[in-house]
Amino acid sequence: MKRWRRDIAVIVLFVGAILILTTSSDSGVLLNFLMMALYATLLAQAWNILGGFGGQFSFGHALFFGTGAYIQSIAQMQWGLGAWAALPLALLGAAMVGIFVGALSFRYGLKGSYFALVTLAFAEVFRILALSVNFTGAGVGLMLPLKESLANMQFGSPRGYVYLILVFVVLALLISCWLRHSRFGAYLQAIRDNEDAARALGVNPFGIKLGAIALSAALMGAGGAFYVQVFHYIDPGLAFGPHTSVEALVAAIVGGMGTLWGPVLGAFLLHGLSDITRNLFGQLPGINMIIYGLVLVLIVTFMPRGIAGLSATLRARLGGRNG
Amino acid sequence: MFDSAILIPSLLNGITTGAVYALIALGLTLIYGVLHIINFAHGAGLMLALYGVYLLKERLGIDPYLALPVMVVGMFLLGYCLQRLVINRASHGKDENILLVTLGLSIIMENAALLAFQSDTRSIETPYTLATVTIGPAMIAVPKLVAFAGALVVSAILVWLIQATDLGRAIRAVAREKQGAKLMGIHVDHVYAISFGIGLACLGAAACFLLPAYYVNPQVGNGFVLVAFTIVVLGGMGSFTGALLGGLLIGVVESLGGLYLGESLGQIGIFGIFILVLLFRPQGLFGARS
Amino acid sequence: MRTRRIFMTQSAAAASAMAFPLIGGAQPKTVKVGVLHPVTGALAYSGQQCRLGAMMAVEDINKAGGIKSLGGAKIEALLGDAQSQPQAGAAEVEKMNEAGVSAVVGAFASAICLATTQAAAKHNLPHVVDVGVADQIVERGLKNTFRFGPGYRKCAETAVANLHVLNTLAGKPARTVMIIHEESLFGTGTANLLARELPGYGYEVKEVIKHANPTRDFNNIVLRMKAVNPDIVIPANYYNEYALLVRTMQQQKVQPKAIYSVLGGAASSYKFVKECPDAANGIIDCNHWFNPKDKRSAAMRKRVEAQGQFFSYEVFMAYTATRLLADAIERAKSADRAAIIQALENSTFSDHIMPYGQTKFVNGQNTGAQPLMTQVQKNDIKVIVPREFREVEPLFPMKA
Repeated sequence: MKRWRRDIAVIVLFVGAILILTTSSDSGVLLNFLMMALYATLLAQAWNILGGFGGQFSFGHALFFGTGAYIQSIAQMQWGLGAWAALPLALLGAAMVGIFVGALSFRYGLKGSYFALVTLAFAEVFRILALSVNFTGAGVGLMLPLKESLANMQFGSPRGYVYLILVFVVLALLISCWLRHSRFGAYLQAIRDNEDAARALGVNPFGIKLGAIALSAALMGAGGAFYVQVFHYIDPGLAFGPHTSVEALVAAIVGGMGTLWGPVLGAFLLHGLSDITRNLFGQLPGINMIIYGLVLVLIVTFMPRGIAGLSATLRARLGGRNG
Repeated sequence: MFDSAILIPSLLNGITTGAVYALIALGLTLIYGVLHIINFAHGAGLMLALYGVYLLKERLGIDPYLALPVMVVGMFLLGYCLQRLVINRASHGKDENILLVTLGLSIIMENAALLAFQSDTRSIETPYTLATVTIGPAMIAVPKLVAFAGALVVSAILVWLIQATDLGRAIRAVAREKQGAKLMGIHVDHVYAISFGIGLACLGAAACFLLPAYYVNPQVGNGFVLVAFTIVVLGGMGSFTGALLGGLLIGVVESLGGLYLGESLGQIGIFGIFILVLLFRPQGLFGARS
Repeated sequence: MRTRRIFMTQSAAAASAMAFPLIGGAQPKTVKVGVLHPVTGALAYSGQQCRLGAMMAVEDINKAGGIKSLGGAKIEALLGDAQSQPQAGAAEVEKMNEAGVSAVVGAFASAICLATTQAAAKHNLPHVVDVGVADQIVERGLKNTFRFGPGYRKCAETAVANLHVLNTLAGKPARTVMIIHEESLFGTGTANLLARELPGYGYEVKEVIKHANPTRDFNNIVLRMKAVNPDIVIPANYYNEYALLVRTMQQQKVQPKAIYSVLGGAASSYKFVKECPDAANGIIDCNHWFNPKDKRSAAMRKRVEAQGQFFSYEVFMAYTATRLLADAIERAKSADRAAIIQALENSTFSDHIMPYGQTKFVNGQNTGAQPLMTQVQKNDIKVIVPREFREVEPLFPMKA
């Protein structure tokens, strides 16, 4: 009982820290960084629910991201809904796609690499379809009209966006916290660790995994909806392309899979790294990305359990040397 | 809907294009079959190999086909060193870490190429670049026919290597049961590295056959990765015959899909097959049930 | 509380200013300009060419004495990398804003420009768009956005009108058209416009083929071309695919009456002409081009080629966009953003090598902007239409 109280307390502290930073600074760079880092966090958290807690690695999480982004755009531009009314539809739509893919994959017993590859294939299929149908704007994409107002979920100052994304991140944190301490979460992690044993104990892997993928997809869809509200433009490549899928999984793994704070740490670290390196050696484009790649390899080499798992890694190393 | 004057050339085009895909998939299927890792750096490896072929032609005047031995050996060594010295060390054997390491490597390779060669697209001119051979109603480009022959030869060599040599036996042992192989005295790390090396060597061969009909720039590998994965899954992870036949099949599907659905939507045929195979026959055409 | 806010703002500004590679030296009295392009990632080639053009302009301006109305203040370029992604572009604009730039030039690709102009608008930061042909960029009502060159609607309309002129003069040998375009924003947008305009002039659009980026093989598309047998083939795509398409056509011995591209990737490209002279021969393009009658353009071409680079459209588009900006700063007599926006709005900039005449901005679009029709003849690219810029007589059709 005490464990979850501690987790909630840390979440409150985290929110407090972000709020203090946001309200005390006028720096557009800092606010933009916070906004994008929290956005990357949301993506990583969404992936972590299915991949970290559930052990089902997805290579095509952009599928849910894109669904959320497109529904958010289409609902406003073609169905005449307001931004806030569109949002639950975006989450619902993404969750439904998640359930569809999950039902097919889990029904046919796809695990490990096979599951990862099928999610990748679905993302590609959706990308190609989005290029070919008119209501997504096909190759031209969809452009959300600029109309700043709270009612339109479009903010003049990045602060508004930081608060918005923070709400989603907190939601994801609470869900992850719940997974850590609830029966559902325990079942999910049991399935991750040994599905057959879990089934033998009476757990229903199909239903549990389906729940996990629905949650994961909905949060990813929220990320997509947020993206559209910030950048006002979506096309099939941005929506369903591999960039977002990779961003989500790398941050989650580097941060520490299956942990509460792993995605936050991973997203902030990697986003900060990419931000810092972007302008180093500006005369020679490419060096910045090489440094990014090197750091990635080094992090994986020396922190195999991710940042959140660092203490466990150190303990194992030191223990090994002494024992 | 289409008469044979269109259909037959389309089929033949599909088969020859698929042969190049098969060459790329051969290496990937070996790497997956033995090391059980999804090699995110495969596209970048192809790109480096293509630059290798380009440089050999432009700087030393060596024809791509004559450059085969150099490329195969060179890429093998690169692969061996990468696996033994970097991937193995960095990943501590955990699947998700191997993924990130190969991803990091692909970022490094792509941007190192960007630095070294800049971003412009380069292609080579050979006397046979534009030559065609007439087969019925079709005019098939010579480089593509050579690629087709090359794919058959390379597949045959790989099958022989795996089935009939001691090395092949060791590789099969390690692939099936790592701990058992170790107990039998097989040096597992060495075999892993050799397998990765052979995987990249296949890319070296693929590059020699691909460049005359295509081009190279730092991002060129990205266009082939997904197709290669599809073929590996379709053919069965670890099966060379599967990769060859899968490649040819995918090439034909892409071609016919493009003909009937349009080039853009036609790509859906490839991924549709990908999904169907994964759901209903995940071991692929020739793979063993794992 | 207030001191902490100032401290954070200043230290962030200092940090971001230090994070940028400074060109032009850290002299007192400089005007900072952000130069933002996708120099890594999928669009790296075009981004780097744009950067080359912009930096040449900065060099020229500074060598000629800088901004004279500000006492000879030099232009200090802050280089940014949009990494071929809109969000990276927007983040760079934030950094540039904080580093105190007076304006931004960039960002080549339409999708990235959409994000960067928007981010700049939040800070009332003037943003000159160097290429970005999507018309949405200047149709959103952003007061800070100015595009010197033409958008794809103008290019499509000009192309179709000129095609009709050429065709009519030749006795109307061509009637059917096949459009081949890349599947994303620029290609689809251009193709849609063409498909809408052409029938009005009496042309039949027999087929519109959309292809992926990248396309690994064009044999099927060329097969369709053989089957449909259009009089004119209109490609609208990027360099790699254009080159592969045209070479495949050459290989399969498919020669329509004309290859008439609109914003064709390799069409008016010196690189393509040099590397595939046979395939390039006779191709007509409606694209961004410089004024061939202006002697400075030839000199600039020599200068770029001396650096081992091709004089591609990205270079001169970015060059002239930067000079437009410098002219506005000069007339604004100030590095203040609002003043520069005002100066751009009223710009009459005409001392440039583009065939645009005197600049006049309406809602952020230079109304004088126009593409030119070029044709590859005798291994060189020459302007054929309009007459005032004509260098050679057009060869239309290529094949009877």
